[in-house]
Amino acid sequence: MDVRDLIGEAVAGMLARPVRSALTTLGTVLGITTLVVTLGVAATAGNQIVGRFDELVATAITVEVPETEHVPLVEWDAVDRVTRLRGVVSAAALAEDKDQANLSVRSNDLVDPARVTTQRLTVLAASTGLPEAVRGRMVLGRFYDAGHVRRGDRVAVIGDEAARMLGVTRLDAAPAIFIAGRAYTVIGVLGDVRRERNLRSAVFVPPTAGRRFGLRDVSRVLVNTDLGAAELIARQAPAALSPGNGDMLQVVAPPSPTRARDQAQEDVNALFLILGLVSLLVGAVGIANVTLVTVMERVAEIGLRRSLGAARRHVAAQFLLESTLIGLTGGVVGASVGVVAVVAVSAAKEWTPLLDVRLAVAAPVAGALVGLLAGLYPAMRAARMEPVDALR
Amino acid sequence: MPDELLTRSGAAGDTGQEAGRPVIELADVCRDFPSQPPVRALAHVSLQVGRGDYLAIVGPSGSGKSTLLNVLGLLDRPTSGHYRLDGTETTTLREKHRTRLRGERIGFVFQSFHLLPHRSVVENVMLAEIYTAQPRAGRRGRALAALERVGLTHRVDFPPGRLSGGERQRAAIARALLGGPSLLLCDEPTGNLDSRNTEAVLGLFDELRAQGMTIVVITHEQEVSERAGRRVRITDGTLLEE
Repeated sequence: MDVRDLIGEAVAGMLARPVRSALTTLGTVLGITTLVVTLGVAATAGNQIVGRFDELVATAITVEVPETEHVPLVEWDAVDRVTRLRGVVSAAALAEDKDQANLSVRSNDLVDPARVTTQRLTVLAASTGLPEAVRGRMVLGRFYDAGHVRRGDRVAVIGDEAARMLGVTRLDAAPAIFIAGRAYTVIGVLGDVRRERNLRSAVFVPPTAGRRFGLRDVSRVLVNTDLGAAELIARQAPAALSPGNGDMLQVVAPPSPTRARDQAQEDVNALFLILGLVSLLVGAVGIANVTLVTVMERVAEIGLRRSLGAARRHVAAQFLLESTLIGLTGGVVGASVGVVAVVAVSAAKEWTPLLDVRLAVAAPVAGALVGLLAGLYPAMRAARMEPVDALR
Repeated sequence: MPDELLTRSGAAGDTGQEAGRPVIELADVCRDFPSQPPVRALAHVSLQVGRGDYLAIVGPSGSGKSTLLNVLGLLDRPTSGHYRLDGTETTTLREKHRTRLRGERIGFVFQSFHLLPHRSVVENVMLAEIYTAQPRAGRRGRALAALERVGLTHRVDFPPGRLSGGERQRAAIARALLGGPSLLLCDEPTGNLDSRNTEAVLGLFDELRAQGMTIVVITHEQEVSERAGRRVRITDGTLLEE
């Protein structure tokens, strides 16, 4: 039998029942579409995630300073030494009291039964470079400076969330807050914090003022670096901060950008891939089911073909090719719909669509393969039919 | 060896198609079905059909007519005995050779026509060649010639659904004739036709016989069997010449 005849017969067989073929194809269309969309969107979204990783995380280093009994491991002025390292953009030291995390903070000293004026907020002593270090900005007023620190002024800067909780909306009247019963003048509100977002509800005081609450020693140093400098700075920072005891400091460096990207994509891909494959399996079962029904309906035709000289393999090949063509059609349509969907989702999200060209090519092949596998059993049933029985 | 036989069969001057040699030679053929109790559908049947013969096989339902047709059409194997088609011993042939022999030497005409409803008349006729060694080139022309032979050139591109019963059977006969078979094997060919169409089909058989075609018709209709030049009756698997 000529291959062209085989293809012709298979195409004619498929087109003989166009509505049924179209409905059968739907299963594969859905499966392949899901596969292409999920993989495409995963790659596109993964790329976005990586973009944010690069921007926010890949340049952020945190140095944890363990508590010691006698001499502090990191002095407050050590931050200046870190900022001098090439590749460091900003840095700030923080002192937190782990035992006494939250202190009572009031916006005035009056007891007003109609309002909640007392909040328990985190109070931190921070060096002057904090706004840059947490990648925030002063939404009101200013941050304290070296003069405030040197003089030990009773000033405070509060996070925007803390300001909302305490009802501080303006600074022109130099409002005061009461931290553990002591009054401090609020000179600024820190907002738009992109790193250490929990600091939005914190109160910051100069290190010299923090001593009054037991916030003496540096417990954490936040460092921001240039892109690509994080790994180097992570190695150099401990020595800069604590020349003699650098190895006692714990550096939390960002994961390698490549690893972060791969990990993010793998996580997303694995989940969606399973979803797509399940859809494809459902499509395959659909094709197998319909092809089997078709075989049963076409028993007389099988008998006729056998009487005309068709061997078992000719009958099997025809049904296999029909199911493969249905799968291929589903694959082509599914891949097309999938690509359009990925582009549409990307357009809606203002993302750059990212789609592996191999996926667009492999998807129709996968569809054809699904059709081929789904057609195996029905084709075998058709081929096994005895012509005498089929013609009866 | 069988391959050689089959390859040579299509050519003119074939040893198997030499004048005078029977197209069908059945010798002591039995066909048993392993049921409880076992059924012997054909019992020691011997039959010779010469080239150009027009034979009617008659008999009541369950007499073994269909089994005989299946054996003659190489759709079934006899349990014992010998069957030579065009000089080729078929009982020892492998399945694929039997299949090829069936496609090239036998034209089937069925009671229910077996035309594919979604194909045109000419496409249905062309179907007869796709499993044979005939070249693709000129296939449509040969199919049209076969349709001309049965007087159906005005319905070439019609779907079978728009044809009358008689026309459908003529289309099926054209399909059976394509490829120049040695034997036209007809199973109740007028069973689904009214008297006018029956007459048309029988008239066509007369013409084909006049052209030298060997025709074997299985029928239970007296009118059909009477038109054949020769009649055999099958009763309980046993064949009797009438």
